[in-house]
Amino acid sequence: MTGPAILLLLAGLGAIAWVSARARALRLQTVARATGRRDAVHSLPGYHGWYVALWTLIPAGLFLAVWANVSPGLVTQAVLADPAAQSLPLDAFSRSAVLGEARAIATGLQSGAFNPASQALVEPYSAALNTYGVAGAVLALILAFAGGAYAFTRVRPDFRARTRVERLVMATLLVASLLAIVTTLGIVASLLWESFRFFSMVNPIDFLFGLKWSPQSAAMGYGNDDAFGAVPLFWGTIFIGAIIAMIVAIPLGLMSAVYLTQYASSTVRKWMKPILEVLAGVPTVVYGYFAALTVAPALRDLAVSVGIHGASSESALAAGLVMGVMIIPFVSSMADDSIAAVPQSMRDGSLAMGATTSETITRVLIPAALPGVVGGVLLAVSRAIGETMIVVMAAGLAANMTANPFASVTTVTTQIVQLLTGDQEFDSAKTLAAFALGLVLFIVTLLLNIVALRVVKKYREAYE
Amino acid sequence: MTQEQTDLTIANPKMSARDVKVFYGPKQAIKGVSIDVDMDHVTAFIGPSGCGKSTFLRTLNRMNDTVASARVEGEITLDGENIYAPTMDVVQLRARVGMVFQKPNPFPKSIYENIAYGPRIHGLAAGKADMDVIVEKSLRRAGLWDEVKDRLNDSGTALSGGQQQRLCIGRAIAVEPEVILMDEPCSALDPIATAKIEELIHELRGRYGIVIVTHNMQQAARVSQRTAFFHLGELVEYGVTSDIFTNPRQERTKDYITGRYG
Repeated sequence: MTGPAILLLLAGLGAIAWVSARARALRLQTVARATGRRDAVHSLPGYHGWYVALWTLIPAGLFLAVWANVSPGLVTQAVLADPAAQSLPLDAFSRSAVLGEARAIATGLQSGAFNPASQALVEPYSAALNTYGVAGAVLALILAFAGGAYAFTRVRPDFRARTRVERLVMATLLVASLLAIVTTLGIVASLLWESFRFFSMVNPIDFLFGLKWSPQSAAMGYGNDDAFGAVPLFWGTIFIGAIIAMIVAIPLGLMSAVYLTQYASSTVRKWMKPILEVLAGVPTVVYGYFAALTVAPALRDLAVSVGIHGASSESALAAGLVMGVMIIPFVSSMADDSIAAVPQSMRDGSLAMGATTSETITRVLIPAALPGVVGGVLLAVSRAIGETMIVVMAAGLAANMTANPFASVTTVTTQIVQLLTGDQEFDSAKTLAAFALGLVLFIVTLLLNIVALRVVKKYREAYE
Repeated sequence: MTQEQTDLTIANPKMSARDVKVFYGPKQAIKGVSIDVDMDHVTAFIGPSGCGKSTFLRTLNRMNDTVASARVEGEITLDGENIYAPTMDVVQLRARVGMVFQKPNPFPKSIYENIAYGPRIHGLAAGKADMDVIVEKSLRRAGLWDEVKDRLNDSGTALSGGQQQRLCIGRAIAVEPEVILMDEPCSALDPIATAKIEELIHELRGRYGIVIVTHNMQQAARVSQRTAFFHLGELVEYGVTSDIFTNPRQERTKDYITGRYG
């Protein structure tokens, strides 16, 4: 029996369970109500219906989920036990190729065999598939009936079905939220594990403090020593994300926030704020080709025309400038919130002393809003250093340690992309280096976020 | 205005309001108010919530300018000069007519910097020594010096509510204003802190023109020599404080001060 058919059948059973349990509860409750006792009836009939339906569906559904993972292994075992499997090749690779082909033919994905050995296995394969398919379906149906019957016998006028359903709803919501957390933990665990493998090949000190980055030479067999010095990447990341981008984003973001909160009329504000926020919605890949195709060549020409040596068409400046523009909405909206959170009385106090609006802003509002602004900037930095698309397209690959903004530098994210695109072998230091870089990036952005959120939170408390 | 006013006219008032009307959009908040302010008398504005007394107070140093929809008609003069004239520099006006707010609002800076803020932006101090003198003088006048002289670098926001309010008064004094407007300065304070502020108002009288808005009629009676009773945007009665409280001419005033409403 096929999967969809079983699911449909289960859904039908659930519906029947709901209707019959509800009807039974209704009938019993009508009788119970006649006794006149206030606590004779607990839950509405609909809750009894849900209670029984869920008991019908959940155990069977869980079983099917487990079965879907377990049965392929059981099927393979059954096939291997078959006499026809004796002729299988011994090495694991060709063995699984034959088995895969036999399965494909048995399930109808493939019509003929390339390998005669697999043709022989098709028969036992379909037999095993059939056996286990039917077994799974039967077990699921038995579970559904058993669960439904158990729940059905509990339907009484005073049974607290409502409380049970409520508890189940809570459990469902809990599972949903845990799923995201578990996924994150899984990602972190895999990062840690792969990084650990990398650090068993490359000394962490060499990685964190080494000045030379050439993973290609390591892959070509020149050894792992001093090929994985990540400092040039860290420098490139900081240079683009935390220096150039912030030189653009902090003043522009702050000034637009000041204008919007202090000077703009409500009409102007109503129009400008959403438009500014559209900047945050532009896909980064669009910023990327804007940086690579428009800004970078213009900057190189400019650099060449004023006689700067080493100007590259993949300059740190191009990537940083465009990234800065991308970050402006983050900085401005955080700064906007913090300035707006400074109490009006502070502003009135300053104006009543005879200060002008700009004196009030620079001497009272911005100092008072500073922690919030700093928090916003830290969040923006963490966003900028994790940004990938712009730097992949515009920043170049050369791991240079240079403070020349017209030269090419590379970043952590760019190198991760480089290390993991194309054909990979997952046991070389070159590939595993991507995980170590990812781990460093993860730790740094995590710390930045924690610090930023604490700063912002502490500051919010100051005015409440 | 219906009551006699002959005994109140001041020859050379510091500030003088004539037939002032304030509108918030289409709504009229103040309906033709005339009042004189001088150095020798503390003027108290009393009246129920929403009667327009704070609104009127804020027209006297043009703090209503910060409200986009507010519009002022009539004439308000400071030393005979119309403060709503286009030639009037609002910044200069507010330095001459200072303000203390309902809730103490010290800047999140040190006590010293709170006082130094105004003199600094107006360039009143020639140097650090000069500024020290201004800060000490202002804090002494605000009656706060003895309490804070050893911790001038502590944050102004760390003081108690009453101290914060006296710091705000000191801050206003530091720019050498001619008039100080106080908008319910004691409403957020306990009775002891209130008593200190009232004492301070007595000491400041004569040196500055003082206008105080208050909800507390006993306070108006204690600190002021002139009282103006506002109701629904009108100046119902304006007179010598003792007259208003012992012998109100208007029925509405009488009802208010005897606690019939408000």
